[in-house]
Amino acid sequence: MEEKYIKHRYEPILPSKNEWPVVKLARERKEFVKKVAELAEERILSQTGNNPEILREELETTLYREKLRVKQNPWVVDPDDEGEFWGEVKSSLLTVNAESKKVSRFEGYKSVLNKITNRYAEEIASNFKATHYKFTRSVVTYGFSRLLNAARVKGFKSLFSNQFSLQDKIQITGETEQIRDLATKGTIVMVPTHFSNLDSILIGWIISVLGLPPFIYGAGLNLFNISIFAYFMNALGAYKVDRRKKNLMYLETLKTYSKEAIQFGCHSLFFPGGTRSRSGMIESRVKLGLLSTAIEAQRANYQAGITDISGKIFIVPVTINYHFVLEAPGLIRDHLSITGQERYYKENDEFSSSYKISKFLVKFFTKGSDISVSIGKAMDVLGNYVDKDGRTIDKNGRQIDTSDYFTSDGVVTIDTQREEEYTNMLGKRIVEEFHKINRVFSSHLVAFTAFELIKSENKKLDLFELLRLPEEDLVIDYEVFKESCQRVLTTVYELKAQGLINTAPHLNTTIDEIILHGMDNVGMYHAKRPLIQDENGAITTQDMSLLYFYHNRLTGYGLEKLF
Amino acid sequence: MDLKNSSKKEKVIGVIGVGSFGTVIANMLAEKSQVIVYSRKAEVVAEINSVHTAQGKELSKSIKATVDPEEICQQCEVLFFMIPSSAFQEVVRTFAPFLFPYHLIIHGTKGLSLNLDPGESLETVKKIRRSQILTMSEVILQETVAVRVGCLAGPNLSKELTKGQPAATVIASKYNEVILEGQRLLRSEKFQVYGNSDIIGVELSGVLKNIIAIAAGALAGLGLGENAKGLLISRGMVEMVHLSNALGGSVKSVFGLAGIGDLVTTCNSVDSRNYTVGFRLAKGETLAEILDDMEEVAEGINTVRIIKGFLETSQLRAPITENLYRVLFEDLEIEEALQFLMKYPFSVDVDFV
Repeated sequence: MEEKYIKHRYEPILPSKNEWPVVKLARERKEFVKKVAELAEERILSQTGNNPEILREELETTLYREKLRVKQNPWVVDPDDEGEFWGEVKSSLLTVNAESKKVSRFEGYKSVLNKITNRYAEEIASNFKATHYKFTRSVVTYGFSRLLNAARVKGFKSLFSNQFSLQDKIQITGETEQIRDLATKGTIVMVPTHFSNLDSILIGWIISVLGLPPFIYGAGLNLFNISIFAYFMNALGAYKVDRRKKNLMYLETLKTYSKEAIQFGCHSLFFPGGTRSRSGMIESRVKLGLLSTAIEAQRANYQAGITDISGKIFIVPVTINYHFVLEAPGLIRDHLSITGQERYYKENDEFSSSYKISKFLVKFFTKGSDISVSIGKAMDVLGNYVDKDGRTIDKNGRQIDTSDYFTSDGVVTIDTQREEEYTNMLGKRIVEEFHKINRVFSSHLVAFTAFELIKSENKKLDLFELLRLPEEDLVIDYEVFKESCQRVLTTVYELKAQGLINTAPHLNTTIDEIILHGMDNVGMYHAKRPLIQDENGAITTQDMSLLYFYHNRLTGYGLEKLF
Repeated sequence: MDLKNSSKKEKVIGVIGVGSFGTVIANMLAEKSQVIVYSRKAEVVAEINSVHTAQGKELSKSIKATVDPEEICQQCEVLFFMIPSSAFQEVVRTFAPFLFPYHLIIHGTKGLSLNLDPGESLETVKKIRRSQILTMSEVILQETVAVRVGCLAGPNLSKELTKGQPAATVIASKYNEVILEGQRLLRSEKFQVYGNSDIIGVELSGVLKNIIAIAAGALAGLGLGENAKGLLISRGMVEMVHLSNALGGSVKSVFGLAGIGDLVTTCNSVDSRNYTVGFRLAKGETLAEILDDMEEVAEGINTVRIIKGFLETSQLRAPITENLYRVLFEDLEIEEALQFLMKYPFSVDVDFV
């Protein structure tokens, strides 16, 4: 608790909103959408080898899947004319198929493709409005801090007190100066871990506290189903990602949008895990689709001859640490049913109504459950660290030129296969950085220890059998528990000394206090608590799956070997 | 004089190390490109530049030599590392300060390195985890910023290549670019070049086959016949498949040119160093005596030790490697090892496809 958190608000790095890249982009939205659609079309054509037959197949596959989606899985946010649009696509395809000349068939397919990419690009593009952004930001900040003060400062005046600010609740640590600095010079791509739907709003708020102009980011279209979320998302510069659409045309349009926006100079944000971590583990693999667009944009900048820092793209990993993840019960259920392959997996959404969200927010701000956000060191698109001037530094401390990675025979070349490998490398580096900047909370520690103790008592059982253990087998003696917690903590500190993990300041106290703190906080608002102390002082759980979820946060460090 | 030619400068290719294989590759490259070779020894460099031989082996007249790693890195975008595994790490470290991400590196070393903490050595650590073993491409990736890395493996006995007899090789890399460049530089009427994206699998195939080659030499030294050799090659391949798989290679690559192709060649060749080690062991010489008068390293010996250490940390059994280890380092009689292997319960013929 002696550690200094960022308490003040930073001065904005670009005071005038007209200079914000995202505002510039919004101003040119129409042209931008058109450009994206055209470029996406080109990409698809080159991927199909300019072969009319392959293109036709892709178009028909897309049509089939889209019609099926419209029928089977409609969402509130879907436009009303969807059925109509795909009906038209169908009839134009039929007309084109009947054409006898190959050349005119190809032209016909291309015009259908053009319609589709235009529609997708329009759908994906964000509706950023600076006025909405400002309003949202003040609502979030003002509203949240009112709630917070109302809960913590007693008495009538509490509603007007400014004793606690949001930054007491949400602690920001790490390389904040570097990200601010680099954001004025080049383009930032922020890659946070993803555990909760709250992350999107939280990150938006962090970005504003750091004085950075708004980032654009892909938010799941499902979030736009809820009007209040849709408003926030649009205000924060979100573009839409529809996970139901897995066809080539959509994916290529989406990637083009992201790449072009980065090249435009918009700071971007991807959740590299793709979706919330179902298991509660830190992402161990990342989705490479959007990440590849950062690499592509970097290469394209070099190709265009922008070799100075203004064309450089910086990857900044961020971890968000919670004591409590609202959606945990649903997430872990999904995870178990996927890994156990017990039943069909269906995306379900605890943030399904505005009421539930508001209830959660009130709970969150009125009771003590801290969140910490660690900003990692900036890297180039190959995962090398950069110095304060954005220059790439290799592992031996030598300055190198990122453009060398894209050079063959002295010129920057396009090699998609090479860039795929680079994307893999970057993905691995991001995962490594996540583990390094991850901050251990007391709640992670107790959950990890308790679960591992139960597991080591029942060595012969597999995970699913463990989760079904009867209550009486789930009791851990306090002294044993304490001793094990201490062991894990010691190892955590050893890892920390090697720079492989980080810890929250509330761990700088006695082990009894840490356990108490952890027990109080771990999954504190769940109906069934992952860990409780029974009347004899022994440790037990009310929900083994939840305990597993919170335990998972500390997997991937080899700490299991202690048991 | 010709504008077109002078505007597009011809690529210079670098070869690091002029052992027997390095010399052959340098000569093959020199058929199409300008080549510079690197040697640590000043007298070898002088020998090459004056009389065009490297330790007695003939080198093409157009090949220049240097002792300066910086010079060769500056002039060449493509570098072939042809050095024994025992010196590999050290040489790569010497080169690291001059290598950049645009360099393309292909190595032809069929051995393993260890990634140990300072103060540790193969003698002090008995158990070796996968993370402590490095293939040569992993050494390059760990020590340098070069990423476009490939390896060269296959049945390529230097003696036969020098004579210009037909042969083929595999270039393995995660990057198509590296494979294509390697093919462009090396392919000729007499030399076919295949590509493979499983670089770890190809490297491991080349490494693990050396173990079996020692065993094959031993069988020949004992005067055993072709039936025994057939048995060894087939069981040896099964062992290679399991080991390669456990170390991160794909099963497929063991069936390729660098695996079964190289295995058959090495197990039949009196020109192979590893085979010779086995042969002389069976004739009653000790390992120390054999090593004493060998000019170049037999990679298989070191590989046996490393793999033995790795077996201690895995659930695997590799009877040929284990028994060979005991013969080489624990004074087990070679006849006894053979007896043991004949009694070993290999009940299933093929258990990996």
